[in-house]
Amino acid sequence: MENSKGTRRLVEGLGLFSLGLGSAQLVAPGAMNRLVGAHDDAKTRAMQRWLGGLREVALGVGIESHRRPALWLWTRVAGDVMDLSALAAVLATRGGRPDVRRRAAIAMAAVAGVTVADVVAALRLSSISGNGQGRGAINARGWITVNRPVEEVFAYWQNLENLPRFMTHLQSVQSMSDGRSRWRAAGPAGVEIEWEAEISDQRINELIAWHSIGDASVTNRGEVEFSPAPGGRGTEIRVRLSYDTPAGKLGATIAKLFGEAPDQQLRDDLRRFKQVLETGEVVRSEGSPEGTKTRRQLFQRPAQPVST
Amino acid sequence: MRALTWMGKNHVEVHTVPDPKILNTRDAIVKISSTAICGSDLHIYDGFIPTMRKGDILGHEFMGEVVETGSAVTTLKVGDRVVVPFPIACGHCGACERGLTSVCENSNPNAGIAETLWGHSPCGIFGYSHLLGGYPGGQAEYARVPFADVGPFKIEDGIPDEQVLFLSDILPTGYMGADMCEITPGDVVAVWGAGPVGQFAIASARMLGAERVIAIDRFAYRLQMAQDKAGATEVINYAEVPVLDTLNELTAGRGPDACIDAVGLESHIDVSPLHAYDRTKQMLFAESDRPHALREAIMACANGGVISVIGVYGGMVDKFPIGSFMNRSLRMRAGQCHVHRYMAPLMQRIRAGDIDPSFVITHRMTLDDAPRGYQMFRDKEDNCEKIVLSP
Repeated sequence: MENSKGTRRLVEGLGLFSLGLGSAQLVAPGAMNRLVGAHDDAKTRAMQRWLGGLREVALGVGIESHRRPALWLWTRVAGDVMDLSALAAVLATRGGRPDVRRRAAIAMAAVAGVTVADVVAALRLSSISGNGQGRGAINARGWITVNRPVEEVFAYWQNLENLPRFMTHLQSVQSMSDGRSRWRAAGPAGVEIEWEAEISDQRINELIAWHSIGDASVTNRGEVEFSPAPGGRGTEIRVRLSYDTPAGKLGATIAKLFGEAPDQQLRDDLRRFKQVLETGEVVRSEGSPEGTKTRRQLFQRPAQPVST
Repeated sequence: MRALTWMGKNHVEVHTVPDPKILNTRDAIVKISSTAICGSDLHIYDGFIPTMRKGDILGHEFMGEVVETGSAVTTLKVGDRVVVPFPIACGHCGACERGLTSVCENSNPNAGIAETLWGHSPCGIFGYSHLLGGYPGGQAEYARVPFADVGPFKIEDGIPDEQVLFLSDILPTGYMGADMCEITPGDVVAVWGAGPVGQFAIASARMLGAERVIAIDRFAYRLQMAQDKAGATEVINYAEVPVLDTLNELTAGRGPDACIDAVGLESHIDVSPLHAYDRTKQMLFAESDRPHALREAIMACANGGVISVIGVYGGMVDKFPIGSFMNRSLRMRAGQCHVHRYMAPLMQRIRAGDIDPSFVITHRMTLDDAPRGYQMFRDKEDNCEKIVLSP
């Protein structure tokens, strides 16, 4: 725990450092050029400002956003390498003035120090984010309030064959005898993943829990809790999903299914669940013709009628 | 069909785009007979609303004739004449059941974006960015209207478009601004902004029994309209006189009992260091909204009074006078208008002759002239107050 707290502090610090350095490069690229001993002209200023400053600010924002900080930190490491090579080029300039070379050397030492910190933080974060559930377990949590009685909401979920209507990564769920079911998910590039699951726990109008059985290549489990929302506000639902992703290609496929934001995806699923129960279907706009979808939120179509 | 599309900051064009299709069973397609440019469209035009995409069709004030219905629509039939409320609302979620249709929980497929920016998502809105759903707007020949069994308001007789078109947005919005003031006898209401929504807020405050209504703007023609048509009892041209001082004089030091901000995020004050500060921060993206009217409304309001915010805001503001707000027991009410619940009562007001909303219209154009209309409306050219377009 101490260790992870320390890592968090280090990461925070590096994020703030990125923001500070980036702002300085954006606002005063000339001064930064002189500080590191680089030749100061329009071209190097532009490089300093846009290649350096913009990058640092973006990384700073990325790290401080606390979304996939490990990825941002590795990007920082790549940026450090870029800076080191730029400074090496300054050092290698023939006939450079001694004070210029001295500045470049100091800057290089500073960047090298930061690079070490970046690598350490990135390595530590990458090892933490597995959450200890095998290789890269994918965990997602989500919740929503549905303006329908708990009996109706529970019954809809209890019929597992309804799940693909709102859980986009599922292609089908087929109920079999004795509480077992066959699940099929569609991965990227037409890869299909299949597994069998059984209900591990069920309390009417309160809870449904399931987990994969047999030699499922993807061990996974899920749990949904139902409770009446106070004051006749419908039903509160809380969901936890967990997928253990094996190493190799299959693991990568599963990881892709959930993209970079499993929580967000689950919450989108639940939003569609609410739409289906409250309005009868998944709500579509021309900008998001498939309805709520994380990827679509990043890459919207123009809000124009969809052509056939 | 032809439609007005957003092509970038200060740049709109009329283009031919695909005709809308039914996407959900509760949809209807409406052939638009009249549509208007809203002051809030100018925020998009000026580039202050995030998540716009090149090619997005604008417009959220429109009416027309139903030409197609989805299989689940039983309340409308082809040929019905309808006014369409700008908030898209499902009618069945908790918010809709409470009449808060502009915070419908189901109509924004891009709720995830809105949650990132605002914590929770409001409803989807026609032609108002992807943050609010990515729905094409109504400055077009046709529009798809989701939840057509809940939203569109039928107009059964031959009353002209111009008298009912504004039921779609600005009349109920102005009315809600006054409604939120919870006006009691003797109340003095001040309204910042004498644009079309401000005019209707003024008229509504009078309808709801305000003793006096003070209009604040910097354009003489707008103040003139407020006084002559909307029923303002006094006007303040803030370019000429200090607002707080004048309001204090008019109320013998009490301040207005209710203050309506009908301005929103692009408010303006002439030559002031604070305005320069806000503009600069806005340009640097360090502050998204310029809240001058809101700040002034808070400072002006009588102790224990109400601030009613119907002007559109998008993000963050600076220098919010929270000390004044807290220590003087002020209240704030705000919201995009819950249009659905105001349409029927306001239609009655129109029929009874309490108000003829067409008084705000100063310009009529074809859809093809809309780009020119946007520029005129923004620059307040030719005393422009409200533009109605016919596709």
